[in-house]
Formats: sequence, C-alpha cells, structure tokens
Amino acid sequence: MSAEAQSEGMQFHPMKQFTVEPLFGGDTIHWYTPTNVTLWMALAVLAIIGLLVLGTRKRAIVPSRTQSVAELAYGFVHSMVEDVAGKEALKYFPYIMTLFIFIVFSNFLGLIPMSFSTTSHIAVTVVLALLVFVSVTLLGFYLHGIKFLGLFWVSSAPLALRPVLAVIEIISYFVRPVSHSIRLAGNVMAGHAVIEVFATFAGAILIAPLAMVGIVAMFGMDVLVAFIQAYVFTILTCVYLKDALHPSH
Amino acid sequence: MASETHEAAGQMAEHGAEAAGMPQLDFATFPNQIFWLLVTLVVIYLVLSRVVLPRVGSVLSERQGTITNDLAAAEELKQQAVEAEKAYNKALADARAEAQKIAAEAKAEIQAELDIAISKADAEIAAKSAEAEAAIAEIRKGSVESVKKVAADTAKEIVATMGIKADAKSVAAAVAARMKG
Repeated sequence: MSAEAQSEGMQFHPMKQFTVEPLFGGDTIHWYTPTNVTLWMALAVLAIIGLLVLGTRKRAIVPSRTQSVAELAYGFVHSMVEDVAGKEALKYFPYIMTLFIFIVFSNFLGLIPMSFSTTSHIAVTVVLALLVFVSVTLLGFYLHGIKFLGLFWVSSAPLALRPVLAVIEIISYFVRPVSHSIRLAGNVMAGHAVIEVFATFAGAILIAPLAMVGIVAMFGMDVLVAFIQAYVFTILTCVYLKDALHPSH
Repeated sequence: MASETHEAAGQMAEHGAEAAGMPQLDFATFPNQIFWLLVTLVVIYLVLSRVVLPRVGSVLSERQGTITNDLAAAEELKQQAVEAEKAYNKALADARAEAQKIAAEAKAEIQAELDIAISKADAEIAAKSAEAEAAIAEIRKGSVESVKKVAADTAKEIVATMGIKADAKSVAAAVAARMKG
C-alpha cells in the first residue's frame, strides 16, 4: 500500500477515520473523557429512542411507518431468539435485543460519511462478545451445575474419541468470543478502510471514475455488511445461549 | 515532509499495526471506549426493557386480539348472512306460492263472475228474443187481419162497381177461401 502511495504521490490514511479523539480538544484520553466514541454512541442511543420510543408513541393498532419498522425489529429479534434458542430463551430477549439494536444502529451510523464507527473497534466488540461469553457460561453453570460440562463430552461419539473431541470442543468454546468479536470489527473496519482507499484514488484524475464506481459498489456492500454482521452477531449469541440452556448434544 | 511522516506511518502499519497504524490497537483508548460502551448498553437496555419492549409487545398482542375478534365477528356475520339468505329464499318461495294461490283464487272468482254474467246475459238475450218474436208474431197477425179487411173491402167495392149487390158475409168468406189457397 505504501509503495503504491509513493508511486502515485498520494496520501493514504485509510485508518485515520478510526482514531479516537477527545471531543473538546486536549490530548489525554481518560476513561471518562467525552470522545467521538461518546458522541456516536450517544447518537446511536438518540436514534434508537427516536425509532423505538417516539415511533411507537401512538401504540396504534394500524401502525404508522416508523411504528411498523419498530415492530419489525421487535418481531425479527423475537422470532430469532425463539427459533434458535427456544421458548425458554425469551426471558433473555431484552438483552439480545439490546445487543442487536446497538450493533445495527452503530453500523448504520458508521456508514454516514465522515462519521465514526464504534463497532469497528475491537475494544467495543470484544466487550460485547465477552459479555455474551461470560454471561452464557455462567448461566450454563447456574442452570445445570457441573452437567454443563457435558457440552464438551460428545456422548454420541465412540468412547475412545471422546477425550480428543473434548479437547477440540473446549478449544472451540474458548475461541468463540475471539471470532465473535473480530468478525464484527473486522468486517466493519475493512469495508470502511476500502472506501477510504477508493476515495483517495478518486483524487487522481485518470482513475477517478473507476474509483467512484468502486466507492459506490463498496458502499452498497457495506450497507449489506452493516446489517448482516449485526444479524450474525445476534444469531450466534442465540446459538451460544441455546448451548447454555440445553448443553447436552 | 508529509510524505516522510506518511512513510513512517506506513512502515509502522507494515510492522505489525502499532497504535499509529491501527487506532483499534491503541490500548490507551480502551478504558474510554469500554466505559462509554457500557454506559450506552445500560441506557439502551433500560430504554428497551422499561419502555419499548412492553409497549411493542402489548401493541402486537392487542393487534392479534383485535384480529382474532374481527375474524370471529366476520365469521358470525357470515353465518348471519347465510341465515338471512335462507330466510329470504324461504320468504321468496312463500310469496311465490301465495301469489299463485291468489292468482288461482282470482281466476276462479273471475270465472264464476264471468259465468254468472254470461248466464245472465244469455237469459236476457233469450227474453229479448222471445219478446221480439212475440212482437213479430203480433205484427204478422195484425198484417194478415188488415190484408183480409183490405181485400174484403176491395172485393166488395169491385163487386159493387160491377153492379151486383153482394152481402158482406159472402165476400168475406170468398176472400178467406182465396187467401187460404
């Protein structure tokens, strides 16, 4: 990338958009400093309140457009939890809905040009994934006690294979939060970085049209990715929850 | 100068994405991000669990209830419509039968009246024709008498003119004999 940049005489800063910086100047970032993270998370909260609270204000039997969308989001996650994790998982529906709504709004707000994608940061997605991992694991032990370890003991396999499978199962269990978080952050980050690279190429007169077509195409794909990654994160959460509720194979 | 700094940044990115290359790996910003993320999640959770989810859930179940009620009402109305149609058809058949009955009665009544009128008219016609026949017979009788008289008178006159004295009785007898012939 830097070789290309030198030959074209261009300045590539595809990662600059992800920089966390204080909102009101200054250099040091304390844990409480209001930063662009704060701003865009607050905007996400406002957008969520706008759609889900103000949109459903009238509680109409025949819904308005925004109320339809809010109901659609509710029904989407509700049926996902019910279908994937079962009826008893509906107790945890508010938590899963929180995750889905936060990710989907952050992803789509991140698509606004010059915005900041909170979900492109591993710090954010790792916390989300760890919240799921830790709570699901604790829930499994709370509900089933030591029997929860049966999740790693594949009783349908031949006895000789079971210890080997148990090792593999344990490794895959602990890899879950890693893949869970890196998948989301990686997809969002890559899409935005590629758009930024195309945007830099658009500065050169010769390849500008091509670069612009590239930006449009990448943006279209990023819109898909924004939704699909939120969906994937949520459905994996449901799958993990199902393991906690029904650990036996 | 700018390209120098850029080159440095690029090298840093190539050498394993340090803070300057990848802001995601700038651990100094982690506490900040995590803190605000947790605040955001708690706020969203509270908004969802206190306001949105109960509200949307109640709206959806209310709508489901309304739809079920409406369907039941529609089913009932349909039943009523079927019954009404049945009643209508029955009423129609009844009315048709009644109409036929009334028509037959009216026909019979009219026929009876007609028969009476016809017989009355027949009787009247018969009376009238009998009367007329009587009148004709009388006229005929009268005419025969007057012819007899005229003939007798004429014959008497003729006989008198011829100078023969004839009595009325013999002339009348002669006329009567002639007329019979």
